[in-house]
Amino acid sequence: MSTDEGLSRRHFLAVATSVTAGVGAVFAAVPFLASWKPSARAQAAGAPVEVDISKLEEGALLRVEWRGKPVWVLRRSQTMLDRQAGSSAELRDPESNESDQPDYAKGEFRAVKDEILVLVANCTHLGCVPTDRFEVAPADLGPDWVGGFFCPCHGSKFDLSGRVYAGVPAPTNLTVPPYRFVSDDVIVVGEDTVEGAAA
Amino acid sequence: MNTFKNVFALIALLVVSTGAQAAGGGSALNDAAGNDVADTASLQRGVRNYVNYCMGCHSMQYVRYNSVGEDLGLTDEQLINNLMFAVDKTSDPMEIAMPAESAEKWFGQAPPDLSLIARSKGADYLYNFLRAFYLDETKATGTNNLVLAGASMPHVLWELQGTQRAIFDEVEYAPGQTRMVFSHFEQVAPGKLSAEEYDAFVRDLVNFLDYAGSPEQLERTHLGIWVIVFLLVFLFFSYLLKNEIWKDVE
Amino acid sequence: MSNANPQESRGAQLLAWIDARFPLSKMMKEHATEYYASKNFNWWYVFGVLAMVVLVIQLLTGIFLTMNYKPSAAEAFASVEYIMRDVEWGWLIRYMHSTGASAFFIVVYLHMFRAMLYGSYKKPRELLWLIGMVIYVALMAEGFFGYLLPWGQMSYWGAQVIISLFGAIPVVGDPLVEWIRGDFFISDITLNRFFALHVIAVPLALCMLVVMHILALHETGSNNPDGIEIKENKGPDGIPVDGVAFHPYLTAKDLVAIIIFLIIFCAIVFFAPEMGGYFLEHANFEPANSLKTPEHIAPVWYFTPFYAILRAIPDKLGGVILMGGAIVVLFLLPWLDRCEVKSIRYRGWTYKFALGCFVVSFLVLGWLGLMPAEGVYTLLARIFTAVYFAFFLLMPWYTSIEKTKPVPDRVVYHK
Repeated sequence: MSTDEGLSRRHFLAVATSVTAGVGAVFAAVPFLASWKPSARAQAAGAPVEVDISKLEEGALLRVEWRGKPVWVLRRSQTMLDRQAGSSAELRDPESNESDQPDYAKGEFRAVKDEILVLVANCTHLGCVPTDRFEVAPADLGPDWVGGFFCPCHGSKFDLSGRVYAGVPAPTNLTVPPYRFVSDDVIVVGEDTVEGAAA
Repeated sequence: MNTFKNVFALIALLVVSTGAQAAGGGSALNDAAGNDVADTASLQRGVRNYVNYCMGCHSMQYVRYNSVGEDLGLTDEQLINNLMFAVDKTSDPMEIAMPAESAEKWFGQAPPDLSLIARSKGADYLYNFLRAFYLDETKATGTNNLVLAGASMPHVLWELQGTQRAIFDEVEYAPGQTRMVFSHFEQVAPGKLSAEEYDAFVRDLVNFLDYAGSPEQLERTHLGIWVIVFLLVFLFFSYLLKNEIWKDVE
Repeated sequence: MSNANPQESRGAQLLAWIDARFPLSKMMKEHATEYYASKNFNWWYVFGVLAMVVLVIQLLTGIFLTMNYKPSAAEAFASVEYIMRDVEWGWLIRYMHSTGASAFFIVVYLHMFRAMLYGSYKKPRELLWLIGMVIYVALMAEGFFGYLLPWGQMSYWGAQVIISLFGAIPVVGDPLVEWIRGDFFISDITLNRFFALHVIAVPLALCMLVVMHILALHETGSNNPDGIEIKENKGPDGIPVDGVAFHPYLTAKDLVAIIIFLIIFCAIVFFAPEMGGYFLEHANFEPANSLKTPEHIAPVWYFTPFYAILRAIPDKLGGVILMGGAIVVLFLLPWLDRCEVKSIRYRGWTYKFALGCFVVSFLVLGWLGLMPAEGVYTLLARIFTAVYFAFFLLMPWYTSIEKTKPVPDRVVYHK
């Protein structure tokens, strides 16, 4: 018996067995790890939400829930849209390059149709729900305030398109979720396309 | 080693006698359902049958429409237009509109949810049950069932199967003591389907119930083959390795 | 010795760092690379390591089931269906756990039988056997608590029957039953506490007992099919001449056995997880209904021998005592067996015959436990209960008159 040949055959078999065992371990791990993915029940609960905006007045804010998060639907008046135009200089990211929104919500008004604003109502700092402050120049927000959202937790400020001001703790603009118009009166929050490819 | 031969012979005897035990009892209809869960067309007919004839009373609370769609190759449109009546979203489970308390009042007991009926009773039982209704004037529903005596379920499929009477023979089982033993069914009025067509209708329905009881079964058996193949490869290497390591042991 | 590979010396350095703080190399030597077991282990010797494999499978699948299971009477049954249908791969995790439960008992029964074949419970391994018996009782408790959790018809009514047995104990019986249930009937309260016992209390105890079991084994050394103490015959290097190092010889051999086991295990999981209603009982696919008893209450197959003994006795307390006695008498085995020879290979025909009768009685009682308790079945249960107990109670007599064969000095090993 040649020791070298014996050792190398043994070595080869040990490697082959170990590799097979490793592959088996990876295959065996897959079901356990995959079981952590959102289940069919979670997918069902996280399905897109239909919102009827036929009764939403100008300047009025509607709150709905999508995937456990608060979502605002705001019908902006022309005055509100005009007021917003002048404040770009004080915004951290006026072009919305760093924030989270679909491509169709990247313009100045961050919306599919300018008058309807849809935002996830969690401050991008630590998640509190900001308050809506649409009045002009209130005492606590100063004479330059033209309307927007103010987060009471740590003082972050956002304009009427959810864009964050410079110099506040929140790092990015408020998130715009995927949404689409089913008709003029109904929007669906949570999907862009008809086949339901949600974010 | 003689001990073990005796033991195995006894085990074999016990298994055979237990099998005989299991087959004998119960009802006179002992046909096999003969359904094939891999037959998607049959499953599609089965879910259609189910929704049209059973879902008035029987929910399937653990079965989601969209998983039926995925497994049976049905689109969302087909689900919405043909199968969804009491719910809005395809991700909803197959619930029904009838509240449980009303059901209990009307039928004596609430019609059970059927998500798992094929696992608790078996496909063969269900196949026979749905073909074993016969006219019985003494019952509130006007019918009785040979497989489940005194069933509170009415003969929902009477229009398809027609109506039949059960003929019993008087049989003496001990001196001077007789009992009635089922002999055969006699058709009273024909239904829209012939006997073979009705059997096929029930088979499709039972096939769907079989699938709904364990929807993973096809994926499970297909995957199982690969798992065994992998393990055989693993066995091959580990066996050679073991022999190599033990080579020099005297 | 030249300073060859810098990586090698780094690994050796790391090992030295660990060894100065934790007995890693010492444990590896003592329990694996320099633990010597007999070279003639046969297939009866794989069931110990297979039991450990099943324990790991049950722990892992059990943890993942607990992530989605809801231990309340209102939600338990539905949560199991949620796992089976909505959770990705949930069906596989569930089937592995249910198959593992039955596999555990098959493996453990064969493991215990090996001890009866080769006298592995005899001196100096009596304590090893006792620890193993405690593991067996803990395993039965674990199976009993776990079976209530799906909250099906058989879960509920099986628990109802077994818990009410405690009511047979005079004086303390009824308060005891109420104390176990935590309620006046088996309820959500009972379910929740059984959940706690099944998920953490008994598994913790099982893990500790298994560690103790292996430590006890390594203290005396393993037995072997010839019943020879290999440590009594050491070579000039101090190594038993009939011994091989556990690692790599027995680890390699056990790996083959483990894979064969996994093939059978996976065949069941993927192709027949219900096993004709023996591993997953048909009645348990109906939710628990306290107002409607199933036609046929039977415990899961692995309890049926003891259930048959229970039902054989017409008196409720008598049945409970005898059923308990059937397990207690196993604890006494090392002291009932008076024969000095360990292995059945060299024992007399009286023991071989008695052991054969024991096996037959255990299997027949198991089958009888599944049958209704009436007519000829009850008669057979009484006969075979008598045979079962005779094996133990007559053992001091028939093992002392045994005509044994001479035990060889060296183990019998064929390549």
